[in-house]
Amino acid sequence: MSRDGRETRYEPADACASAAGAAAVTRPAGDTLIVEDLQTWFFTKAGVVKAVNGVSFGISKGEVMGLVGESGSGKSVTGFSVLGIVDPPGEIVGGSIRFQGRELVGLDEIAMRQIRGSRIAMIFQDPMMTLNPVLRIDTQMIEAIRAHARVSRAAAYARAREVLLKVGIASPDERLKAYPHQFSGGMRQRVAIAIALLNEPDLIIADEPTTALDVTIQAQILYEAQKLCRETGTALIWITHDLTVVAGLADRICVMYAGRDVEQGDVDAVLDHPMHPYTFGLIGSVPSRNRRGRPLHQIPGMTPSLLNLPPGCAFRARCDRASDECHREPPVLEYGCDRRARCFHPHFEGPS
Amino acid sequence: MSDKPASAPILETRGVTKRFVKHLDLAAKIVRRLGADIREEVVQAVENVDLTIGQGEVVGLVGESGCGKSTLGRMVAGILGPTSGEILFRGASILESGNTQAREAALKVQMIFQDPFASLNPRMRVADIVGEAPLIHGIISRPEFDDYVDEVLDRCGLDASFKRRYPHQFSGGQRQRIGIARALAVKPEFIVCDESVAALDVSIQAQILNLFMELREGLDLTYLFISHDLGVVEHLSDRVVIMYLGRVVESTTTEALFDQPNHPYTQALLREVPRLESRHSEFLPIKGEIPSPLDPPSGCHFHPRCPHAMPRCRSETPLLKEIRPGWLSACHLND
Ligand SMILES: Nc1ncnc2c1ncn2[C@@H]1O[C@H](COP(=O)(O)OP(=O)(O)OP(=O)(O)O)[C@@H](O)[C@H]1O
Ligand SMILES: Nc1ncnc2c1ncn2[C@@H]1O[C@H](COP(=O)(O)OP(=O)(O)OP(=O)(O)O)[C@@H](O)[C@H]1O
Ligand code: SF4
Ligand code: SF4
Ligand SMILES: [Mg+2]
Ligand SMILES: [Mg+2]
Repeated sequence: MSRDGRETRYEPADACASAAGAAAVTRPAGDTLIVEDLQTWFFTKAGVVKAVNGVSFGISKGEVMGLVGESGSGKSVTGFSVLGIVDPPGEIVGGSIRFQGRELVGLDEIAMRQIRGSRIAMIFQDPMMTLNPVLRIDTQMIEAIRAHARVSRAAAYARAREVLLKVGIASPDERLKAYPHQFSGGMRQRVAIAIALLNEPDLIIADEPTTALDVTIQAQILYEAQKLCRETGTALIWITHDLTVVAGLADRICVMYAGRDVEQGDVDAVLDHPMHPYTFGLIGSVPSRNRRGRPLHQIPGMTPSLLNLPPGCAFRARCDRASDECHREPPVLEYGCDRRARCFHPHFEGPS
Repeated sequence: MSDKPASAPILETRGVTKRFVKHLDLAAKIVRRLGADIREEVVQAVENVDLTIGQGEVVGLVGESGCGKSTLGRMVAGILGPTSGEILFRGASILESGNTQAREAALKVQMIFQDPFASLNPRMRVADIVGEAPLIHGIISRPEFDDYVDEVLDRCGLDASFKRRYPHQFSGGQRQRIGIARALAVKPEFIVCDESVAALDVSIQAQILNLFMELREGLDLTYLFISHDLGVVEHLSDRVVIMYLGRVVESTTTEALFDQPNHPYTQALLREVPRLESRHSEFLPIKGEIPSPLDPPSGCHFHPRCPHAMPRCRSETPLLKEIRPGWLSACHLND
């Protein structure tokens, strides 16, 4: 399954081929991160928002997992949970997050701070969550290095400069002296990426890191991300809505809908033979598959409110395969080889 | 030397230029007096751009990160003044503040910002973010407020029951839609969309793009659509303008551009469009140096990366010339 002879945890191909029927689900595996049945809820005045409500996946060294899903489905909150930065009224109310064998749920803040930024880094969807608007970029980057490693200012500066070049920022010396507002949107995004790369962490959670970047710069960033994973074994969770990026970069895909993982598996399997009706519709909406000027294919209906979600499958109201059965909680079923879907009536053929 | 859209122009820029100058502080000035090589840092973000946009047109604006798209968009929306040049909305300059036409234009031209979080007031509830301007400008009356806000939110795919929340309580894509709702709420005639669907998953993206197209039909809206996503631009635009380091390098109809791109930069751009079909790609780093807007290459800005560069390209800036009716390109190969 692996392209470059890397050890992977996949079973041999013939063991997967037997997977025409469904089987009970095995527990997620991975030597870097295992998230099991994570539940992160927000206790708001209007009610409980179950932003993440049962998400499981595992990721191994050097692996790239694409985390995709509808806007508001809980992708960022999943990332915040792993990083231990869910603020009240939000709270992890259930499940487990094991990083290199160590349980992170309930870990005290001092231990968590040691891990954050050095072993696990997150590239936030909003670069201004990483960047301080009143500090120069050089101050921020040098600070980020020296918080976790005992190096001289000069060495830290050199490292900052080197990483900025990697993310395609020209004239790094001048740019290091600038403030965030003097950068374009995409440049701020790249500085935030550079900061995440500074300490070569074991796990990077990249939340929509290239949404505002043109294809050439995007390719440059993806090249650096791929290189990092291959050379240092960094595991990467790439949160994105852009399936074309996931197609090129990821080994595996996990699809989220309304706070749950609804489908996961090998990138080829999921994109060529989506099983969950939501994934199926998602692939059909990619603009390049649609005709110019025509209305784009849309999944009918609206995202359900996560406040007081009724029991049963959350996709029911929008699903063309729904039956009475779907008023009950759909089971997660495994269809061979790390391929699972949470649905009563999954597709078994490719998208038309 | 302006391109000719099919319908009467709603918006025109004439020789619009924007320079950001970082002035030297006192210490630096003294050091320079003593002979050190310190310059004022100047970013030529937008250089001499002529653009004509017809009523009801959708013009896509594409280019590399940092090439000046947002800066141009902000000038067109009247948020940022140009260093030189003129911007006309329905034939009248939008810059002379005080005149009624300029004030009217400010409402008629709306911008949906690239960075939704920075552009939404964190202390305002969503209902007020969306409904305040229409109320102040008399588009709606107080009793209509709630229904109107619900309607606009609903159109943008947002759950109206969340309107009492503050921006930080929304996901990235939801915030982006709040920005869209705010812009649409004042019933503009011209919208600058800056990466407005970048953070949306394809299904909601489809819903918003379909909404944009519906409004264009129904209300005769005009768009300047800034996006790096060529799939989206191709789908939506009538005409595409390509920028490189502050300059317009090519401008023509969408069909022509995607069929036979003329400028070598446009060609390079189209080659790299990612596709669903390309799996496990080997990504390649950018060849040649990445140009700096702080110190742009001489002559044709693209020459360090251009496979066709000739000696002339280093010294002489190619002019934006009409190579076919309605098709402009700035490359010496066309001579
Ligand atoms: N502080 C908060 N209070 C209440 N609800 C919240 C809060 N933060 C997030 N949510 C809700 O939790 C849900 C999941 O949000 P999240 O940011 O994880 O979505 P996402 O999948 O990252 O979406 P996007 O693609 O739009 O960024 C959303 O419905 C959001 O409105
Ligand atoms: N307020 C400012 N002060 C100094 N320089 C600025 C300022 N705003 C923008 N710039 C510079 O102007 C150039 C163009 O920026 P702009 O935001 O227009 O780019 P863009 O094309 O929108 O890029 P992106 O796709 O990354 O958003 C950049 O080099 C940027 O650093
Ligand atoms: S469980 Fe039922 S409603 Fe849900 S996705 Fe599957 S078929 Fe559709
Ligand atoms: S002018 Fe010269 S360097 Fe510039 S795009 Fe044309 S051939 Fe290439
Ligand atoms: Mg998010
Ligand atoms: Mg921009």
